[in-house]
Amino acid sequence: MLEQVFRDEWGRVLASLIGFLGDFDLAEEAAQEAFALAAERWPRDGMPTNPRAWLVTTARNRAIDRLRRDRVLAAKTRLLDVPQTVEDVLEETTIPDERLELVFTCCHPALALDAQVALTLRTLGGLSTEEIARAFLVPEATMKKRLVRAKHKIKAAGIPFRVPPPHLLPDRLAATLAVVYLIFNEGYGGRGDLAAEAIRLGRALAELMPDEPEVHGLLALMLLNDARREARFADGVVVLLRDQDRSLWDAQQIGAGRAALDGALAFHGRGPYVLQATIAALHMDDPPDWRRLAALYGELARETGSSVVELNQAAAIAEAGEVEAALALVERLELDRYHYLHATRAELLRRLDRVEDARSAYRQALELVGSDAERRFLERRLAELRD
Amino acid sequence: MKYMLLIHQGDAPTPRSPDDWARLSEDEQQAVYSAYREVTEAPGVTPGQQLDEPETATTVRVQDGKTLTTDGPFVATKEALGGFLFFEADDLDSAIELASRVPAARLGGAVEVRPIVEY
Repeated sequence: MLEQVFRDEWGRVLASLIGFLGDFDLAEEAAQEAFALAAERWPRDGMPTNPRAWLVTTARNRAIDRLRRDRVLAAKTRLLDVPQTVEDVLEETTIPDERLELVFTCCHPALALDAQVALTLRTLGGLSTEEIARAFLVPEATMKKRLVRAKHKIKAAGIPFRVPPPHLLPDRLAATLAVVYLIFNEGYGGRGDLAAEAIRLGRALAELMPDEPEVHGLLALMLLNDARREARFADGVVVLLRDQDRSLWDAQQIGAGRAALDGALAFHGRGPYVLQATIAALHMDDPPDWRRLAALYGELARETGSSVVELNQAAAIAEAGEVEAALALVERLELDRYHYLHATRAELLRRLDRVEDARSAYRQALELVGSDAERRFLERRLAELRD
Repeated sequence: MKYMLLIHQGDAPTPRSPDDWARLSEDEQQAVYSAYREVTEAPGVTPGQQLDEPETATTVRVQDGKTLTTDGPFVATKEALGGFLFFEADDLDSAIELASRVPAARLGGAVEVRPIVEY
């Protein structure tokens, strides 16, 4: 219970402290002290009426004490005049929510992508350095160094703590959403806690930027994909969407995903995340509307310039019954090293009764395939081809 | 915040190599000149100097008390510094914005933004 409060409040409290102190390290240390104090006192004395205000006030006072002790440091921060510590707990209404400023700082393109990811998880997500290191399979010392370096660059290079002005916002928002989606995809590959963390971040962003359709689009996409997590594997083998046991899908989360998508569409969103979420939602219909899916993949391919999306478009066109057209599309894609291209081509050729061509396409796919589960799948398809 | 903007011409055509420079139309050449003028006249900018070609550089090292000189720049010629300027701004975003207006950045070179340490 206390842990939950801590997780929920960490980002808010830290953002407010960074805004007040203008210094990441000082803010983080002060926040840590305040949370440690709370962990000690709250179980004994009971939780304060307003936990957040208590945490911010306590952390601020700790930071100010520290600054008083260290005037040299004070000269280097925004606090040239060190304010007095306050006796009373701050009113909650006077604590601005500065998480957006924080997320845009952490996802600033002047930082390396892996640093953006780590910093976002540490500051907004409240994950410990050790947890982040474990999630990305790197030694804790490496992750610690990465975070220290990123925080140093923010300070030394003057990366601003603010929501970008309108002319920069579209690019910066896209960068921020990319970080959250990257975290989600790390989790989607098996580490469920990262997926949950990304969804939490997505929810916070949707709350903070209610008018941005792409934010809702990303949240919808993550919720819809994550809702099928229990059905995606059976005995360690990938289960194709059409073969998944629908009773294992999380209906409540699908509802939340569809609601987020409706929110995006209400703002006439048509960006890449809204399109992907729309596609994810359509795939869950039984049977899916393949013509609409093909059209949406086409739109997404034009928007992103991605050949992999075009390959998906071809698969949808084939499902809609136009196998020849699908094959024509596949054959002009430049994805020679991508086993899915050859596997898709093989499947289309098989449907057109071009057995010999299908056989050689399966063999090409087998030469390139990486995972054993997929190799077995392809070998079975190849063996099933009639002479 | 004080920044130094280090301008690397890279593959950008400059008047120093007339053949490359001639690849730009007259309008484009004028645009390059006026963009450089605008950048150096922007508020907060202290213009630096334009450096002569990297080929004219001499690199100096001292080993065992002995001064060694080599012909050419310390880094590869293409990566060598072409010019610099100083910029006083609120934050990195302003410096990035100014850097993006330096013609070298869009013509095949790059601009490196370095904060200046203040004590």
